[in-house]
Amino acid sequence: MSRPELVAPPEIYYGDIEAKKYTNNSRIQQIQADMTYRALELLNLPPDEPAFLLDIGCGSGLSGEILDEEGHMWVGVDIAPSMLEVALEREVEGDLFLQDIGQGFGFRPGSFDGAISISVLQWLLNAETSHPTSSPPHRLTRFFITLHAALKNPSRAILQFYPTSDDQIQLITSIAQKAGFGGGVVVDYPNSKKARKVFLCLFVGGGGGAQQVPKGLESEVEDEGKVQFEKRRERLKSRSGGKRKNIKDKDWILKKKELYRQRGKEGVPNDSKYTGRKRKAVF
Amino acid sequence: MVRLITHNLLACHAKGCTSNNFPLLFQDAAVELRDADFNADFLRGFLPRLEWPALVGAARQLGDTSLPAEQPDMLDDDFLQKLHHVLLEIHVEEGAMVCPNCKHVYPISNGIPNMLLAEHEIG
Ligand SMILES: C[S@@+](CC[C@H](N)C(=O)[O-])C[C@H]1O[C@@H](n2cnc3c(N)ncnc32)[C@H](O)[C@@H]1O
Ligand SMILES: [Zn+2]
Repeated sequence: MSRPELVAPPEIYYGDIEAKKYTNNSRIQQIQADMTYRALELLNLPPDEPAFLLDIGCGSGLSGEILDEEGHMWVGVDIAPSMLEVALEREVEGDLFLQDIGQGFGFRPGSFDGAISISVLQWLLNAETSHPTSSPPHRLTRFFITLHAALKNPSRAILQFYPTSDDQIQLITSIAQKAGFGGGVVVDYPNSKKARKVFLCLFVGGGGGAQQVPKGLESEVEDEGKVQFEKRRERLKSRSGGKRKNIKDKDWILKKKELYRQRGKEGVPNDSKYTGRKRKAVF
Repeated sequence: MVRLITHNLLACHAKGCTSNNFPLLFQDAAVELRDADFNADFLRGFLPRLEWPALVGAARQLGDTSLPAEQPDMLDDDFLQKLHHVLLEIHVEEGAMVCPNCKHVYPISNGIPNMLLAEHEIG
């Protein structure tokens, strides 16, 4: 597995070219979407109510787009200007902030109904950014304390990340606990090399609903997990289907494109019979 | 895309800046209006989270005087429509937000506020 967090600071690694490459890669789109659906499931929000969520390390909006789809409002923060730029181009609905999560948040107490973070925390284990910074434990402490304050009581934060070792999981969970969080780690498909995913499930107060840490998903045969993961997503999708009207239908997109052309924005794609078509899942 | 719904939740997070650090004041704000889906239930649910005087003040800074100085007890449709517009349809695209206490300036460009702190400001 590649470890971009060891290559360069995030805002350098996710420069203009990588930000586009990352966002347009259909395999990445699928994986990030799957994990976001799973994070939403673990968030355990009250059904059929729009929530106000924080997307930590929102990047170009691949995770936030799923929040849009599910009818939630969200605020996204990210340290990479190029990723945020792509998020603007993709017209995600969330409010975006250029922010280093290792410097902490300034949100007032109880601002959010929940938080998600998809594939970000491993970056905090490496101190390097091109901005002033401090040690990873210091940054993690600042991050978790201010996150805990920004969440309402009770609520949850679900953070999927790629640890390199159990020691890293240990470090992160102990700092989160000191910041006041309950909860623990959920590992999906622990025996599958490809599909294994680590979710930090943090509770504020009782966490809303059952207090035990949810169970990880299991697959019977090694490496079949991936397939099941995607099947599950289809199920989840159809379950939520029809609940909310899709605002990004063809008319809406055409209207937006027209608006951008009027404003003189360059590179607005031509309209075609494919405009606004339903995107199929890619396998 | 700073909207007043998020502005109302945002305090200064510079080191040691813990009182009188909210609400951030808009400076040279350029605003764009964009329609958003109206959801009365969401608004009713969100209302307790708002700092009302800060919201009214921020809206006035941006030239919108539609909200009453006191939060009304009756949440009728007319009021919810106004609240909807102020919270979700006014986008600050350019300008800055300034901390009333430490005077840190958070510049806004392309609708995105820059919340990065300088070394001596990190808590
Ligand atoms: C793999 S991307 C994931 C983006 C998005 N959540 C998704 O699912 O597509 C990781 C993101 O974390 C961001 N990131 C890394 N370190 C960060 C930090 N200290 N503060 C804020 N964002 C950070 C990067 O800029 C990048 O956009
Ligand atoms: Zn301040």
